[in-house]
Amino acid sequence: MSDALISARDVTKVYHMGAETVHALRGVTLDISRGEYVSIMGPSGSGKSTFFNMIGGLDTPSAGEVFVEGFKLADLNGRQLAWFRCHKIGFIFQSFNLITTLTALENVAIARIFSGVTPAQARTDAAAVLDRVGLGHRLHHLPSQVSGGQQQRIAIARALVNEPAIILADEPTGNLDLHTGEEIIGLLNGMKQDLGITVITATHDMKMISASDKVVWIRDGRIDRVAGKGEVKITVGSIDGDTVA
Amino acid sequence: MAARKSTRLQSIPEQGQIPWHVAAVVSWAGLRRRLLRALITMSGVILAIAFLTYMLGTESITAALVAVNDNALNVLLQKAGVDIFSAGQTDDMMVMLIGLSLLTCLVGITNSMLMSVAERVREIGTLKCLGARDSFIVQTYLIESSLQGIIGAVFGAVLGCVVALVVAFANYRGYALANLPVLALLRSILWGFLVGAGLSIVAAIAPAYMAARKQPVDALRVEE
Ligand SMILES: Nc1ncnc2c1ncn2[C@@H]1O[C@H](COP(=O)(O)OP(=O)(O)OP(=O)(O)O)[C@@H](O)[C@H]1O
Ligand SMILES: [Mg+2]
Repeated sequence: MSDALISARDVTKVYHMGAETVHALRGVTLDISRGEYVSIMGPSGSGKSTFFNMIGGLDTPSAGEVFVEGFKLADLNGRQLAWFRCHKIGFIFQSFNLITTLTALENVAIARIFSGVTPAQARTDAAAVLDRVGLGHRLHHLPSQVSGGQQQRIAIARALVNEPAIILADEPTGNLDLHTGEEIIGLLNGMKQDLGITVITATHDMKMISASDKVVWIRDGRIDRVAGKGEVKITVGSIDGDTVA
Repeated sequence: MAARKSTRLQSIPEQGQIPWHVAAVVSWAGLRRRLLRALITMSGVILAIAFLTYMLGTESITAALVAVNDNALNVLLQKAGVDIFSAGQTDDMMVMLIGLSLLTCLVGITNSMLMSVAERVREIGTLKCLGARDSFIVQTYLIESSLQGIIGAVFGAVLGCVVALVVAFANYRGYALANLPVLALLRSILWGFLVGAGLSIVAAIAPAYMAARKQPVDALRVEE
């Protein structure tokens, strides 16, 4: 097996809906190294989210294998998966998914508490991370009391607080305007640069590309193309046409 | 490539248990922000437990008065509809009514908890993505329900006892005061409280386990 942080081997996912079968992934093989910033692009329904769910230990492949840090995720039981998600993965969602009844500080602190630290320590750590993403002055606000961009910052703080190896961001800028989206991408990129976290985003968003070390195009559940940092810019014109959903 | 920061694990450990009071904080925050529904559920508990405590309290008061066996008092008792010769025997009709009201209350709480679960499918999925174990999800729902149940039961038990006392004074005047079965009344309050609290926990078991069984992928797919 390769030395990659994440290694997907011929991953297939089939959904059965009554008589109909949907092939969400048709054999995806991909290695991602530690500290890489990878953008996964592709039209709607191409299988991006499905692939993310496999890496994050949220779903299991119909066939094929996913390894993270050398562990085969399909071998883990429920409590091990909970540990894995808590300590190794930071999830960021398109619609932020904050707990609406908890304040910014509590939203971040609860993720920290799950990792096993005391509630008091968790609040201290949460406040520090929120400060880092520029929300030190919004600790006691509810999600509904801050802007969309600020909500996504809270979500980023929550994803960061347990110092994960991997950030999985499924369309993190999908609900944000251009400018706010750029700020969020900047934050993600900073995490990669400063903390060495592996950042993987799924997106339709062309702004993502310039920040990426690697761009992977998925189409109909297959990897269509993989481009390194150097190759990306040249092809931007054609990408645009390809990714219109 | 940068050097490995983390030391290599032999195997992935199992996620540990989270203290109860953390789940309590989450439940309490949820209740506070959905106050209206919490109050409606609670009022169901208050009514059912008030009825139960009232019946228990009234029964112990009349039993105490019958035991006095005073002629003038016996007349008052008979005027109030008490059969002084069969006092102390339980009235099947009353037991059935109380049972029905408690059952209605149970169904009401279960219904409100199911609504709460359906509303929060996405929240459950998110918590699981953050590393919540199933037991944490179960705890938050059990605590949410028992908080409503306990608060409702306290009010209901006190209310039922007060009504029983007021009715007794109206019927028996000074006799009631002179022969007040204080201990028995306290016991009926305690019973009301225990039944209400127990009811709210039993009612939440099924919804709590349904919530915990939700898979994070399914939970996250729900559009709001
Ligand atoms: N639970 C499910 N049951 C049935 N089909 C599913 C399920 N989840 C996903 N699919 C199907 O699998 C395919 C891939 O879906 P996926 O969500 O991975 O796409 P995506 O690339 O993330 O799309 P988008 O850009 O719109 O988010 C789609 O055809 C989708 O309808
Ligand atoms: Mg998707």
